[in-house]
Amino acid sequence: MNPLIPLFVAVPLAGAFLTMIFGKFVKNLNRYIGLIVLLFLAIISYYSIVTVSGTVSVYKVGGWEPINGIPIGIYMVMDSLTAILLCIINTIGLLAVFYSFTYISQYTSENYFYALFCLMVAGMNGVVLSGDLFNIYVFLEISAISSYALVAFGVEREQLEATFKYQVLGGLASLLILLGIGFIYWKAKTLNLADIKVALGSAPEKIHYLLVQMLLLSGFGLKAAIIPFHAWLPDAHSSAPSPISAMLSGVLIKAAGIYVILRLFFNMFIISEEVAILITTLGALSMAVGVFLAIGQWDIKRLLAYHSISQMGYVVMSVGVGMILVARNTKPEVASLAIAGGLFHLINHAAFKSLLFLNAGAIEYRIGTRNLQEMGGLSQFMPATSSTSFVASMAISGIPPFNGFFSKLIIIIAAIMAKFYLLALIAVIVSIITLASFMKFQRYAFYNKEVQKDEKSPKEVPFPMVASMVTLGILCLLLSLLVLPQVRDIVLKPAIDILMNSQMYISPILGM
Amino acid sequence: MKGMTLIVKKTTQLIAGIVFLYGIYIIVHGHLTPGGGFAGGVIVAGSFILLILAYGSDFMHLTREETGSTITENLGILLALMIALAGMITGIKVFFFNWLPHGTVGELVSAGVIPLYNIFVGMEVAASILTIFLALLIFKEEVTKW
Amino acid sequence: MVVYLLCFILFLVGLYGVVTRRNLVKIVISLSIMEFSVFLFLALIGYVHDGVVPIVDPANPDARYVDPLPQAMVLTAIVIGLATTAMLMSVIIRIYRKYKTLDIREIKNLRG
Repeated sequence: MNPLIPLFVAVPLAGAFLTMIFGKFVKNLNRYIGLIVLLFLAIISYYSIVTVSGTVSVYKVGGWEPINGIPIGIYMVMDSLTAILLCIINTIGLLAVFYSFTYISQYTSENYFYALFCLMVAGMNGVVLSGDLFNIYVFLEISAISSYALVAFGVEREQLEATFKYQVLGGLASLLILLGIGFIYWKAKTLNLADIKVALGSAPEKIHYLLVQMLLLSGFGLKAAIIPFHAWLPDAHSSAPSPISAMLSGVLIKAAGIYVILRLFFNMFIISEEVAILITTLGALSMAVGVFLAIGQWDIKRLLAYHSISQMGYVVMSVGVGMILVARNTKPEVASLAIAGGLFHLINHAAFKSLLFLNAGAIEYRIGTRNLQEMGGLSQFMPATSSTSFVASMAISGIPPFNGFFSKLIIIIAAIMAKFYLLALIAVIVSIITLASFMKFQRYAFYNKEVQKDEKSPKEVPFPMVASMVTLGILCLLLSLLVLPQVRDIVLKPAIDILMNSQMYISPILGM
Repeated sequence: MKGMTLIVKKTTQLIAGIVFLYGIYIIVHGHLTPGGGFAGGVIVAGSFILLILAYGSDFMHLTREETGSTITENLGILLALMIALAGMITGIKVFFFNWLPHGTVGELVSAGVIPLYNIFVGMEVAASILTIFLALLIFKEEVTKW
Repeated sequence: MVVYLLCFILFLVGLYGVVTRRNLVKIVISLSIMEFSVFLFLALIGYVHDGVVPIVDPANPDARYVDPLPQAMVLTAIVIGLATTAMLMSVIIRIYRKYKTLDIREIKNLRG
């Protein structure tokens, strides 16, 4: 058994508790604990993605072996999809912690910030690693509760209102998920994802199956903010401190929402065409509605938050197209292309959306406002912020040679090859509107006004913030390399295989 | 916060110790009877809350107690995590491995590390519920002070 | 079957409260009602007729036990519910201090 797997959860937990115990007595210890923990996690996640390559390694917590072929105890499962998600979580986490060094010093009680941050990372790592439904729920709640606290970190009027909304809807989502888990346990008498698939059998009871699917889809859809369930996202993501917005938008909605939907609907349920069409429709709807809601925003972070909904729509739609094709059992190469586009866009979105939120944080740090109409001419004062946000804006609107272009291209090509011309058209139109919206952001924030340089004019942000932003900007360029077949075969291909062929996921767990 | 009347104080004085001991009993018998770390921890926290409510406390004391209970809470859960991690270097080297000898079923000292988990979880739960209570009380004190 | 139905009605009562109440504290109470209806459902799933407490008794190894797994799930979920409720209550106290009201209609800084 791979001893690294439990460390993904244990190390950030230990970091959080150590911060709370010693952080009060030793100055600045909290931030170094956070940095070391995230650095360690990032390194072991890179090591995992290189070594995992198509295999599924199972970790039986407590050493409980299966009895009569029935898995008992808690299983942690690491496969290629998990490894990709772990890399995203820990890379963005590392950069966000480094960015927080100066950003969070404007708030009081830094201890709580770093402790909660470590807890949130532990929760997300747990969600992607756990191999049974109930542990997904528990880790989801760990990450969700710490994110509730982090959204309210400023304890001002709007943060509190946002966090209340977020908590009530988040609580509702958790209850729906728990109810779904209860219904599954009723029939299957097991909670292990692989075992549920076997226990429910190839011809499940139709009504029960559909009920469970709807409960879990709405629960995790609420966590992922797919369009009918999106009400909390713009408030929560725009009110949080910027590094946390980057984590929430860049990572949490993926790890807690999209990843679980992918895992459950591909590997646990038998893919049915109706559900696949529903998922595709929801994806296309969030893609279109999200961008239209974004276009009228003048608050930078709200604008970015609405774009998160829209970009997640791309991922959900593309994966849904893949699901439809898998359900129809036709054109497996197109299905794999569609899923590849979705996963690729998931990775890219993590990079450019966190970068954009960090940029917004940098602007807020220097000028103290998030309103686009009150800023202007910042490009001459903050060259690093301006150039990195230009890179990210181009990446999100899909301009070559940045990463967003390639993933959107793959999604559109896959939709055309699958003969969903309408979806391809919507994707193109949404991409154009996204470009327009980000042109507005660039123009009003960085150009537009001629401002004379004097003592009072804003300076470039401190080194840790610049370093994080530049690293993410370089990542935005480097991730385009994933489109090359050599790189794609190592990173994306095994994950797609696992999703397309659930037997590959089930047999190592059940030891068949 | 002001304390309550003499009758309440005297009764609390008599009861609080028994409640505390009952909580400890539930915690250490967690592997034999229903209950365990969480249930026992809540009862232990209840005895402290009873004392604070009956005798009252001022703002300074409350904040100091909150610091103490926060540290106890984190220490408890950290120790539980350390025991779990210790499983990775002993025996079959698995996270959460029960690495102590199991003993005979039904005795107080048996079931390997499970009583230890119960004790640390009890410590954690007691301290965290006390922390929640103290935090809400401090909120209230701050409001009345202004 | 009636028990499950009652459980579901309890869930709907909670949902009704979350949707219609205007007081923040009442919303949290309704959320807790929903939570407990789900816990009740989970506990009912594990019930076995004539089952005994799932503690191994060496004298009687073939006894019918109730399913202990949903009970463990409920216990974990109760702990999580406690954390959520405590968090919500502390946020409500903060909100009350900032806005001087608990009415949800007057707390609307974020729109659009």
